[in-house]
Amino acid sequence: MTTTIADRRIEDAGLEAGIARLTPEKIQKTIQAVLAGEGGARLKTYVETCVRCGMCAQACHYYMSHKDPSYAPVAKVRQTMWEILKHKGLVSPEFIHQCAQIAYTECNLCRRCMHYCPLGIDTAYIMSFVRRICHKLGVTPQYIQDTAHSHSATMNQMWVKDDEWIDTLKWQEDEARDEMPSLRIPLEVEGADFMYSVIAPEPKFRTQLIYQAAFIFNQAGVNWTMPATPGWDNSNMAMFTGDMEIMGRIEMAHFATAQRLRVKRIVMGECGHAFRAIYDVANRWLGWGMHPVPVVHSIEFFWELLNSGKIQMAKKYPGPVTIHDPCNVIRGRGLMDKLREVVHAICDGVVEMTPNREHNYCCCAGGGVINCGPPFKNVRIVGNSIKAEQLKATGVKTCIAPCHNCHGGLDDIIHKYGLGMELKFLGDIIYECMEKKGAS
Amino acid sequence: MQADQAWDWEPGARTVLEDATACAAPHEWTEEPEASPDGERLAAVANLGDGRFTVCVNAEPWETDFEKAWYLRFSPDGRLTAVTMEDGMWTVSVDGESWEESFDFAWGTTFSADGGVIAACIQSEGTYGMIVDGTPWETLHENANNFRLAADGLHTAAAVQVKSLGQADIATFQQGIFSVAVDGEPWDAIFVNCFDPAIEQKTGRAAATIRRSLYDYSVAVDGKAWDAAYDCAWGPVFHPGNGQVLAPVRKKGLWGMAGDAGFVWNPAFIQCHHPQFSADGATLAAIVAPSFGKFTVAVNAAPWSATFPVVTDLRVSPDGRTVAAQASNDNAAFRVLVNGSVWPGVYDMAYGPVICPATGQVAVRVEKDGRQAFVLGGKAHPETFDRAFNPIFSPDGAKVLLRGISGKAYKRIVAPVSAFTG
Repeated sequence: MTTTIADRRIEDAGLEAGIARLTPEKIQKTIQAVLAGEGGARLKTYVETCVRCGMCAQACHYYMSHKDPSYAPVAKVRQTMWEILKHKGLVSPEFIHQCAQIAYTECNLCRRCMHYCPLGIDTAYIMSFVRRICHKLGVTPQYIQDTAHSHSATMNQMWVKDDEWIDTLKWQEDEARDEMPSLRIPLEVEGADFMYSVIAPEPKFRTQLIYQAAFIFNQAGVNWTMPATPGWDNSNMAMFTGDMEIMGRIEMAHFATAQRLRVKRIVMGECGHAFRAIYDVANRWLGWGMHPVPVVHSIEFFWELLNSGKIQMAKKYPGPVTIHDPCNVIRGRGLMDKLREVVHAICDGVVEMTPNREHNYCCCAGGGVINCGPPFKNVRIVGNSIKAEQLKATGVKTCIAPCHNCHGGLDDIIHKYGLGMELKFLGDIIYECMEKKGAS
Repeated sequence: MQADQAWDWEPGARTVLEDATACAAPHEWTEEPEASPDGERLAAVANLGDGRFTVCVNAEPWETDFEKAWYLRFSPDGRLTAVTMEDGMWTVSVDGESWEESFDFAWGTTFSADGGVIAACIQSEGTYGMIVDGTPWETLHENANNFRLAADGLHTAAAVQVKSLGQADIATFQQGIFSVAVDGEPWDAIFVNCFDPAIEQKTGRAAATIRRSLYDYSVAVDGKAWDAAYDCAWGPVFHPGNGQVLAPVRKKGLWGMAGDAGFVWNPAFIQCHHPQFSADGATLAAIVAPSFGKFTVAVNAAPWSATFPVVTDLRVSPDGRTVAAQASNDNAAFRVLVNGSVWPGVYDMAYGPVICPATGQVAVRVEKDGRQAFVLGGKAHPETFDRAFNPIFSPDGAKVLLRGISGKAYKRIVAPVSAFTG
């Protein structure tokens, strides 16, 4: 069945309030300014080279779940950017609502379709451009916009205040000392080998991940630190709302913190989109050709710790387990082999899901989609039934996903489709099964 | 760091502490040490066991111990501060004496340029502000951040939340809930965001980057916003002579420097940040990128010819004759830049150039192959350390105080400028 975006319109306070402020003339003026200032050769190339072959359709989990051609990547572009260009930006407020709904909630910017396009067109870039236009028009979903506001006010995505961050680290240090009396979470240590950075959900409600990371690093005897200032949060929802200016400010704070501490590199917790912001997008908006301080995802860092013998496993996690490849660190960084080497080193019985590696299906939470909140929750769950089928076909009950957003998205899918699976971070398993020589 | 003539400036090396990790009290461990500006003391937090902490200075513990002690910092005038907690309440302890008042949280100790004033951030019953030499702001706020203490220590400022915000209330946020508080008292003006406040010495005038909407960046001075709107802006600076406020701003994809009357540096850069004036205001320098991925320093709008992937740690001498910074590539291959020239040395890490106020000479602590050393004018001192602290010039600039730990020993070396020969 073929539908249109108008058939599945969803009310959202941010989108409704946004379009209520618009007129076609205001829209055109803004769009023309964005196109003139930011719509360069890349956009033009993608628009002009698409041959409408439709091979991208089967790359998209929304299409594969609904089998509705209007969810195909090319259809998303047709319903948004092509119309914008065709009408030179003179479109209605309701059309902008539709653009926002497609770009923010029906595309995870996962870049799977790029691998299926014979011309290598990056539809995620085009959808990001649509989001940029929507941001400039003030038409963004309420909940993700709130996270962008939080970033601007606190430099983290969950309104964590300056003292709450430090207090949480001190609390986790205390907790962990019950298990390892000599454990430290070293704050503000100049010249450490690496700064460990996390996303705001960790101090907010996944504090055990900070505990586990601290335990692993102390056990490994590595020279590390965490900052006691804003700049600790490596996440970046402003990148996904299209607020590039706040995106840049967040990343400036992050890198400036690492530079102030004179660390050799930044090691990131198990998050995918944060890696994309730091490694690929926001650093370049700031004018750097690459990141000014090397950035290492936890997959790589755990691989180093295991291969150097700094941590050793007392036992392997009893499998079977399967591996979910997060988009931003697999398609975005190529960590699929290291991820497998780590999982095989810490788990018994690895069952690959199909497809996998760079062809894995997205969790449907990333790209800011899960951050759009309750109004769109069902969209991303129903829109990823293909993921449920993929998970179920493994026949296993444990799925390893080294990414926060993936956990959020997969958890909803597991519950909705009754898969009875549990989700694990790499850190969960390493902490549980490693040798704990310093523990009491 | 301003050196004191009264310090021991007799050339030579002296071991101040045979064991930098020593503590006369029974202890489980000592933490990262800090060296006093004059080099005569080395201090470290010590874990005493049973969840108690103290501070050891040259191995001698403070008389008081605490539930927690951390963020050990020497003020420029040599007083030793720690953020401490007892009975669940936090404060700042100075040379072992805790400030009388304690709070639900205290953090971020900071100092005036001469060290005469000590300030910190506080949270009390969910409200936020600053404390200066033991006296908290009279008015605390629902939230505060971007805390600042003026270089002369006379005033403090922060970005403060002056209106409450419900969960996911994006409409109220976009109407504005932030302002800037000076000594705790907020401006009348409210903005969507306030970033990077700066305080003018003596007068206490404050300026900050603001967002009037999600798209409209500008600068406000004492609550009055510039008319002009920009696409983005970094933190402002005060001209030390005439009080003019300037800030890097972005227009149509390019960065320049603007004041309230418009651009003073044309928007010609891919990036422009960290502006800094000389003491007389005649020299204004900033880190800039003349083209994508190529960074350097611009002095009075003119960029140096040498460019690098990354430039940080801009410094300007008081007389403006010396401008220094450091460059790197992938956080390695650090180089030192002085007045547009590049020192020949390439290092694994550099810790920011230090300019002698008297002579304009530049010294830098650097690291190579795991050893830290000191370089002056491009030439190295022969002594190397496992860990060192930044160099300090003598008041006349003829000598440099080097402080560092090698093996277990903490050493203090007064090196004549002529000793840098490597």
